[in-house]
Amino acid sequence: MNITEKILASASRKSSVSPGDIVDANVDMLMVHDLTGPLAVEAFKKIGLKKIWNNQKAVVVLDHQVPAESVKAAELHKMMRLFAKEQNIHIYDVGKGGICHQVMTEKGHVLPGTVIVGADSHTCTYGAFGAFATGIGSTEAAGVFATGKIWLKVPEATKINATGEFKKYVTPKDLILHLIGKIGADGATYKSIEFCGPIIQEMSMAGRMTLCNMTVEMGAKNGIVEPDETTKRFLEGRTEKTLKPFESLESDPDATYEKIIDVNVSGLGSQVACPSSVDNVKPVSELGNVQVDQAFIGSCTNGRIEDLRLAAEILKGKKVKDGVRALVIPASKETYAQALKEGLIEIFTDADALVCGSTCGPCLGGHIGLLAQGETCVSTSNRNFIGRMGSTEANVYLASPATVAASALTGRITDPRELEV
Amino acid sequence: MKATGTAIKFGDNVDTDVILPGKYLVLIDPKDLAKHAMEGLDPRFPDKAAKGVIVVGGKNFGCGSSREQAPLALKYAGVQCVLAESFARIFFRNAINIGLPVIECKGISAYTDNGDKLEVDFETGKVENISKKQSFHVAKLPPFIVEILVDGGLIENLRKRLNKK
Repeated sequence: MNITEKILASASRKSSVSPGDIVDANVDMLMVHDLTGPLAVEAFKKIGLKKIWNNQKAVVVLDHQVPAESVKAAELHKMMRLFAKEQNIHIYDVGKGGICHQVMTEKGHVLPGTVIVGADSHTCTYGAFGAFATGIGSTEAAGVFATGKIWLKVPEATKINATGEFKKYVTPKDLILHLIGKIGADGATYKSIEFCGPIIQEMSMAGRMTLCNMTVEMGAKNGIVEPDETTKRFLEGRTEKTLKPFESLESDPDATYEKIIDVNVSGLGSQVACPSSVDNVKPVSELGNVQVDQAFIGSCTNGRIEDLRLAAEILKGKKVKDGVRALVIPASKETYAQALKEGLIEIFTDADALVCGSTCGPCLGGHIGLLAQGETCVSTSNRNFIGRMGSTEANVYLASPATVAASALTGRITDPRELEV
Repeated sequence: MKATGTAIKFGDNVDTDVILPGKYLVLIDPKDLAKHAMEGLDPRFPDKAAKGVIVVGGKNFGCGSSREQAPLALKYAGVQCVLAESFARIFFRNAINIGLPVIECKGISAYTDNGDKLEVDFETGKVENISKKQSFHVAKLPPFIVEILVDGGLIENLRKRLNKK
C-alpha cells in the first residue's frame, strides 16, 4: 500500500484497502471556518443531537472575513463563537490565529498518519505532514460533528518524483504551477498526489505545504508527503501527543500508482497561471508585457515566513512602483510576529507595501483588497477564476512570492532574476 | 425518483466562484443565495432557472472552493438536476448532501442544446433528451447515495439513521 492507503486502512480498521474501495473512516480532526462553519452549525442543529462526537477533535478558525467586514459577517462570527462555547471546542478568534491551514499546523492539530477533514477545499495542505486530509462541505462537516466518521472512496494515486535543483528565485510554487499546467485542472480528479524524490526530502515544511495546498487545483482528493525529520522538527513543541512511528507511514516498495511523473526542476523557470484557470500556466519569460495594478503576497498557499523572507529580499531598499498597490498578509499571528522580529515588516512598509492583519483577504474576493473592472492583480494565492478577487472583469495571475515582489517593483509581471542583472 | 426541466448549458471547468461569488458567502438564507446563482457567467440565470431547469455542464463542473453555498444557490434558483461530463469531487458530495441530484453523463453536452426538454430517472440511470428523442444510460449511483437523495439530503438521512439506533 502507499501512504494514503495505509492511513485510510488504519482509519477504517482494515488490514488493507485498494483504490475504489469505499471505507467508513474515523476522523481524527475536523476544521470549519467563518464561511463554512455557520451552515455546518445549522445543519448539525437540524440533526437533533446536543453534543458533537468529540470536542477534542474539532476546531473553529475565523479567518475568511476577519475582522468582520460587515454586520452580516459579524453575526456569523458571533454564531461560531457561541457554538464553540456550547460545544467546548477550540476557536481561534480574531487576533489569536490567522489563516486556518497555517494555524492548524502551527498549533499541532495536524499530525502524521491522521485523517483530517476540513470545510475548506485547501484542507489538502495538511498532506505535507503525512496526514490524509481533504476538503468537504458544510453539511458533510455537520455529519462528522454528529458521527465522527466519513465515507471515502480510496483514491488511485499518482506519484510525482521530483529531482534536480531549483534555480535562484524558483520555488515550490513554480513547481506546483508547472505540474498543474501539465496535468490540467481536472487531470487528477478524485486522485491522490504523492510527492517524493530528493527535492521534496530537502524541502521545508512551508514548501511542502504549498505543493499539497494546490493539489485541489488539479482536482485531487489529497496531496501527501511522507513524514520525516523535517516534519518532526516542525512539530517539536507544537504537540504533546505521541507521533505514530513514521516507518508505518512509508509507502511500500511495491505500492501501486496509476501514474508516475518524473520532473526535474533544474530547467524550471518562474511560472505564472494566467486568467482565468489555474492550469493556464506559462513561464514568466514567455508572458510578454502584462501591467499590474495590484500585487498580493499572502494566503494559505504562500503567506508563510519563508515566503515573506523571499519577498523582503527582493523589496529591500526599493519602492513599489507608482500606480501599483502591494499587499502583504502574513498567514498567521505567529508568522506576523516572526516577520516583525526579523525586520521584514519594516522592509515592506519602507517599500510602500501595505501589511494587513492575518486573514484570507483578497484571495477569495470577500473582504479587503478587491479589484475593479479592468484591473489586474499578480498574486501568490491559489485561484484566478472569473470574479475571484472582485469584479468579474478583473484579471488575476498566480505566481510565486519572488515573482509577485519583483512585479510590484516594475509594475509588470516580472521574472525576479531579471532584477538581478 | 425523476427530474425534468429544460436544459441550460455551460462549458468545462465551471468553478464555484462563478456559481456563487465569494462576496455572497455571508448570506445564509438559501433564497438569497439563489438570487446570485451563476452570476459570474450569466447574471440572468436566476430568472431563467425559476421555472425549473436542468443544468448541463462540461468537464470538472463545480471545481474550486468547497462552498456548499454554490449547490444551494443552484437548488434554490430552480435547478432540478445537474448533468455534466464530470464533476469536481467536493461539489459532487455537497450537492448530494443538500439534496441536489448530480449525475455524470458522458456525451451529454454534445447532444444537448439550450432549451431542450430533459428527463432523468435516478433509479434506472436513464437520461432522456425528449426534444431530440435521444437517451443516455449513465452509471447508477450507489444505493446509499440514492438513499441520501431520496431522503432530501444528508441531514434527513442522518436523522433517520440515528433515530433507528
